[in-house]
Amino acid sequence: MVTNLASRLMSRWISEETAVKARAFSYFRAATIDQALDAHARAGDDARFIAGGQSLVPALSLRLQAPRLLIDITHIDELRGVRREGSHLRIGALTRHCEMLSEPLIAEFAPLLHAAAPFVAHPAIRNRGTFGGSVALADPASEFPAMTLALDAEIEIAAPSGRRRIKADDFFIDLFETALQPGELITAIHVPLFKADQRFAFDELARRRGDYALVGCGMVATFTGERIDDIRISFFSVGNTPTRVKGAEATLIGSSLDPERIAAAQGALEGDLAPLDSDEVPPAMRLHLARVLLGRLLGRLGEGA
Amino acid sequence: MSAPLTSLDRPNSYIGRSVPRPNAKRLLAGRGRYVSDLKLPRMLYAAFLRSPHAHAKIVAINSERVRAVEGVHLVATGADLAKICTPWTGTLDHFKGMTSAPQWPLPLDRVVWAGQAVVAVVAESRAIAEDALELIEVDYADLPAVVDIDSARQAGAALVNPDSANNTCFRSQLDSGAVDEAFAHAAHVVEEEFCFGRHTAVTLEPRAIVADYDPSAGMLTVHHGTQTPYQFQDLYSRHYNIPEARVRVITTDIGGSFGMKLHVYHEDMAVVGLSILLGRPVKYVADRMESFVSDIHARDHRVRARMALDAKGGILAMDVEDLTAIGAFSTYPRTSVVEGNQVIRLIGAPYRFKNYRATLEVIFQNKVQTSQYRAVGHPIACAVTERLVDMAAAKLGLDPFAIRAQNVIADDAYPQTSPTGYRFEALSHQACLKRLHEMMDYPTLRAEQADLRKRGIHRGIGIATFVEITNPSPAFYGVGGARISSQDGAILSLTPSGEVRCMISVTEQGQGTEAIISQIVADQLGIAQEHVKVVTGDTEVTPHGGATWACRGAGIGGETALQATRALKRNILEIAALILQEQPAALDIVDGEVVDAATRKPRLPIAEIARIAYFRSDTLPPGTQAQLTVSHHFAPQGYPFAFTNGIQGCALEVDVETGLIKLLKHFIVEDCGRVINPMLVDEQLRGGIVQGLGAALFEECRYSETGQLVNGSLADYLVPMSVEMPDIVIAHVETPTADTVLGAKGVGEAGTAAASACVLNAVNDALAPFGATINSIPITPAKVLKALKRF
Repeated sequence: MVTNLASRLMSRWISEETAVKARAFSYFRAATIDQALDAHARAGDDARFIAGGQSLVPALSLRLQAPRLLIDITHIDELRGVRREGSHLRIGALTRHCEMLSEPLIAEFAPLLHAAAPFVAHPAIRNRGTFGGSVALADPASEFPAMTLALDAEIEIAAPSGRRRIKADDFFIDLFETALQPGELITAIHVPLFKADQRFAFDELARRRGDYALVGCGMVATFTGERIDDIRISFFSVGNTPTRVKGAEATLIGSSLDPERIAAAQGALEGDLAPLDSDEVPPAMRLHLARVLLGRLLGRLGEGA
Repeated sequence: MSAPLTSLDRPNSYIGRSVPRPNAKRLLAGRGRYVSDLKLPRMLYAAFLRSPHAHAKIVAINSERVRAVEGVHLVATGADLAKICTPWTGTLDHFKGMTSAPQWPLPLDRVVWAGQAVVAVVAESRAIAEDALELIEVDYADLPAVVDIDSARQAGAALVNPDSANNTCFRSQLDSGAVDEAFAHAAHVVEEEFCFGRHTAVTLEPRAIVADYDPSAGMLTVHHGTQTPYQFQDLYSRHYNIPEARVRVITTDIGGSFGMKLHVYHEDMAVVGLSILLGRPVKYVADRMESFVSDIHARDHRVRARMALDAKGGILAMDVEDLTAIGAFSTYPRTSVVEGNQVIRLIGAPYRFKNYRATLEVIFQNKVQTSQYRAVGHPIACAVTERLVDMAAAKLGLDPFAIRAQNVIADDAYPQTSPTGYRFEALSHQACLKRLHEMMDYPTLRAEQADLRKRGIHRGIGIATFVEITNPSPAFYGVGGARISSQDGAILSLTPSGEVRCMISVTEQGQGTEAIISQIVADQLGIAQEHVKVVTGDTEVTPHGGATWACRGAGIGGETALQATRALKRNILEIAALILQEQPAALDIVDGEVVDAATRKPRLPIAEIARIAYFRSDTLPPGTQAQLTVSHHFAPQGYPFAFTNGIQGCALEVDVETGLIKLLKHFIVEDCGRVINPMLVDEQLRGGIVQGLGAALFEECRYSETGQLVNGSLADYLVPMSVEMPDIVIAHVETPTADTVLGAKGVGEAGTAAASACVLNAVNDALAPFGATINSIPITPAKVLKALKRF
């Protein structure tokens, strides 16, 4: 069972004396959400939920994190599965990146996620990493957190005090900081069903396939004919959080995608984005790349992408 | 073009055939025996606390809290190990005037790069050892770090070694004379300053060592993932004062080395000492992060070079300054100046010109050491030369192929001596150029490029000729006082069943050494390859030799095997002649049978000769002593190096909006002399090219202003991946060396030598319509966009 991979991975790290790098920790496999929340509460802040472990395990082995307890949530059925619920698709938090490619409901009703999935790292990572885990970590260079913004998704959260749903727009706060409080667990992500009058586009610029992007972008637009009624554009690898570019969106709403409009949207990015300085990609270059990518994606959208 | 026919070309020869590697199946089946996997009884594990500072004084080390940790057996500092290990200095006598500070396994009072091992902990598991490291407190006093090469050279600069007057390790100069005159009278001069970033080997298996000192026998056994077990046997013996015969170094399977595992590493030397202190086996395997900050790096050169040409495009002269920074020490025992030395000696090597001047300056800085890594110096020499040739071609309106055809040393003009003093026995630049031109379908590529340019698609085509140094004689290290052998030895035995065991000093590091040695032995003796067992990599079993580095395994090791096999064959035929009452000269061996040399009629299986010799010696004539084990040593004589040559070409596409480069296709025509196994030669070329392409576009060790490596993980340090790699088309020209019977030269570095130069030329070709140029490797999107003034 692939769902056991995370726990298998953990046991390998525990038993193989030459490979151990993480500091010692306890391990608990939760069968239900309540068990998981309860275990976390009892351990105070010194616990982490683990699902695919694709970010957490490296952090543990680098000793960047050293929780006393790991709570394995991969056996909680309620976190699994993709299904239609009215006007939304409910995507269970344990849905793995590879399932974004293989699950027909996602291909039909959340094609932006389907299109983004091949860009998420490499097959081995996609086989283990989960949607909920990616959104919870909120890596600003990751594809899926940014796509929840473009999709106007809602994050479903289980807390000791009860369940709640929060808009993606309100979820990402700062670098690796979200509305998720310690001890809370993402249970599912709700995505509005993709409609016939909508178009989407996704792409990223990376030096090697599978790397974190130099800059990446996804968008969903609602059209009447060739006129854009609504558009949500979200970038990743551009700052401390996944970033919606509302200025660029505003220049496009109510218009068709002619070259002048696209140029105006590209121009608006300077106000929308404030890329951080990095030793390899200066802010001005990042902004340039964002403009190029936005231009290309809007071009595709105009062609009916 | 092929080599003239010789006895090596007879039917059923294994030489020149693509025989699969006998060890490939074993490795694929997961039966590899890597030092990383090794577990010995009573084995302990070492871990190292590393310096967070690029340069600091060690004020105090407090490890009191560690001693209470259950499972910890030893905490050792520099002072503890200095009591049993003598220091080493990475200098060689033939590099006149070079200096480097003495080194100990762990530093005594000062750290000189961020990531340097400072304290060792030995425990019952690596996890316990790492837990213990967190309890050690080291009090450092920061010293000014020398990071940038320019500030390192300024008067009054902070010093990497406070006992020196400046940060210079070595200076060297070559001058064939009349260079200024040649430039003064030249019709054209092209000039450029080039930068080559630091990169590192990134082997699949990191450095791994298990040292096992047995005090009861006074015997040190070291299981070591290295290319050169004999070199380490000598070093462990001398620095730990253990008689050489009581030091055994075993090298089993090794997950890549590329030169990186040739060098003395502080942790490895420490592990030997830790095992001596404890009398127990101690294991250390570098993790990936440790590898980035402690494996040798390579390159890091800034080269200013100019080329003078006559009105028709004939090269007249070159003038070169190479400035290179090597870290805080020169590496032991091969030094860190060989790369610079090869840069200034290989520049211009393919071309016919007389006036050459070069200076080399090697600088210390507070970074991890650089040293020999695949294609030492070649990629830099090649890129500098070939870019200048392209710049000259552009200036004169010549095609890149035409200017090279005009200037390369003619194939019929050998022997030749280069302006830098290298002696070339026979090279084949003209044949290679011609072949590449056909293989690339060059006119079609150019037409397609022109067509696509009109549509805003910017393709580039680049070519690069190269010369590679292989089969090194003692001129490489031995003359400088290094106890690094340039000879190899083999011991061959006919087993009682009529098979052959060959114990040879060259080593296997995944490139197929054992395969080609078994091909040569089978071929020369006249038996099936599967009846030859090759044993490598154990100083207690295999004779002393140079092992595998600098492309010497096939050329020198292969000739050793050939000569040894011929000696064994003579001995077998001598016994056969006695048994058959024939003259030995009238007999031969084919397919494991002694045959009549003239008629090829089978007379006696060699298994029968072995049976008689080993079990029924009473049936042989009195006084006969069958010698079915022979040993043979071979040291290259004649030319000090067997130079090889070739040319590479590539086609790529530059996205001028994003700066991203897509490699479309790569080509190589290579001449390594006699090709023993075409499949393995092609593997070497492909692997080498991929490493060169990595250097061209992706790989760079980047440092902060304070000397911290900022991209020391595989998420940030980009190695070439299969998706980005182009198809590689290969062709061969064969010009065997006459210095050996076998005629083989090296091939392992040819791919790396010119791949980055090719890409540099192709990118500049693509950017030519914009008037933008690139002079720095790796070619990143930022550099391309900067050149295009896009941000």
